[in-house]
Amino acid sequence: MTQWSGYLGLILQGALVTIELTLMGSVLALIMAFLAGMGRVSRFFALRWLATVYIEFFRGTSIFVQLFFAYFVLPLIGLELTPLQAGVLALGLNVGAYAAEVVRGAIQSVGREQYEACIALNFGRWQGMRHVILPQALLIMLPTFGNNAIELLKATSVVSLISLADLTFQAQVVRSQTGNTLVPFATILIIYFALALIISWGIRSLERRMARGLDGVRV
Amino acid sequence: MSTPIIKVDAISKSFGSFKVLDGLSMQVMPGEKLALIGPSGSGKTTILRILMTLEKIDGGHIQIDGEQLYHMERNGQLLPADERHLTKMRQKIGMVFQLFNLFPHKCVIDNVTLAPMLTKGTPRAAAEKRAMELLDMVGMSDKAKSMPAQLSGGQKQRVAIARALALSPKIMLFDEVTSALDPELVEEVLNVMRKLAAETDMTMLLVTHEMGFAHDFADRVLFFDRGRIVEEGKPDEIFRHPKQERTQGFLKKIIAAGHRV
Repeated sequence: MTQWSGYLGLILQGALVTIELTLMGSVLALIMAFLAGMGRVSRFFALRWLATVYIEFFRGTSIFVQLFFAYFVLPLIGLELTPLQAGVLALGLNVGAYAAEVVRGAIQSVGREQYEACIALNFGRWQGMRHVILPQALLIMLPTFGNNAIELLKATSVVSLISLADLTFQAQVVRSQTGNTLVPFATILIIYFALALIISWGIRSLERRMARGLDGVRV
Repeated sequence: MSTPIIKVDAISKSFGSFKVLDGLSMQVMPGEKLALIGPSGSGKTTILRILMTLEKIDGGHIQIDGEQLYHMERNGQLLPADERHLTKMRQKIGMVFQLFNLFPHKCVIDNVTLAPMLTKGTPRAAAEKRAMELLDMVGMSDKAKSMPAQLSGGQKQRVAIARALALSPKIMLFDEVTSALDPELVEEVLNVMRKLAAETDMTMLLVTHEMGFAHDFADRVLFFDRGRIVEEGKPDEIFRHPKQERTQGFLKKIIAAGHRV
């Protein structure tokens, strides 16, 4: 009879690594999303161009390759990253590229009349963006940000390939040590699902809070 | 005789191949109340939007309060205005829109205080005090903490008027401010405007289809058609004795549609 409690501890350690990766990756993704998303609607050509290149490149190549690049290729040019750093970098940049388009779309979906009110009230471009456009756009971004965060959570499993001991990695360890496939993989399946549920729930309650008072405005 | 506060000189503006304004010129004296009437597509709203710098002009010049609006004078030369010059000029002008354009994520009082706090650096307490006075004037002080979505159209428009007034512009532009309202809500907005006209010496330009209101409110009425001013004069002259055939035709149609003149 296998001692499952010890192995469960191993998997829970992996869960912590997965949560850590998800949180840190999401923070980086969020920063990149706003930088690139607002870059896309900038009036400066160079910024628009830079943002477009970033988005197209990181959406257009596999996260797998990006991770290997960060971990195995960057050291060749003198940039040594720990597996965690490489994981966060690849996940954040990859998901950030998708989320950047969400930011752009949301900013552009705020009605023209809101921009015109900003001009009529003599706001500077940044003032209008910060106080009028972004607060409204944020609400439009949130549901898709939730999707992006769940995508990121699931994508964390690729870091097991650079020997970072996340959920998937630990499940494989347990499998090779016990010869049992069902128990470890069923366990991490449930844990991934539970984490995704927590993200969904968190985003939904955030959405509810932000939408308060806006009834009739949102569709 | 004082100098005009608005001088529009040979402005032209096209949307694609459609010429909205065709060498339009007009002058407005300080404190004057002007009604701009005419069929849709005649350019009356466009000139308001141009005065608020919401559209670019194709040609011509505009002077506001003695200064070029779309141009800057540099060493005796006229250059296209930059953002900084436009920001300076916009301080003189406020606008109220047909669809209110309130900020839906801010409560009524925050809608009013935001602009003074951001553009003039007014401290919150002072901005709120002034906002309450303005909301009181438009009869909306009891709704200061409401969200725009909780208000009727007429209430929204009254808040929008207070919001524009908070920057104390010299010139106020009203773009069909009652067109989107249910008929029973029109009067409450018109009352606010009457009060405004009576209590302030602001220059007011108003695009409207409310001919009865234009008649009572305006010092001068401009009839627009096809990007030009076809006829202008005192309300009585325009509404009772229009000289131009196109003015007569337009007013006939308006009356047939059931509007009181």
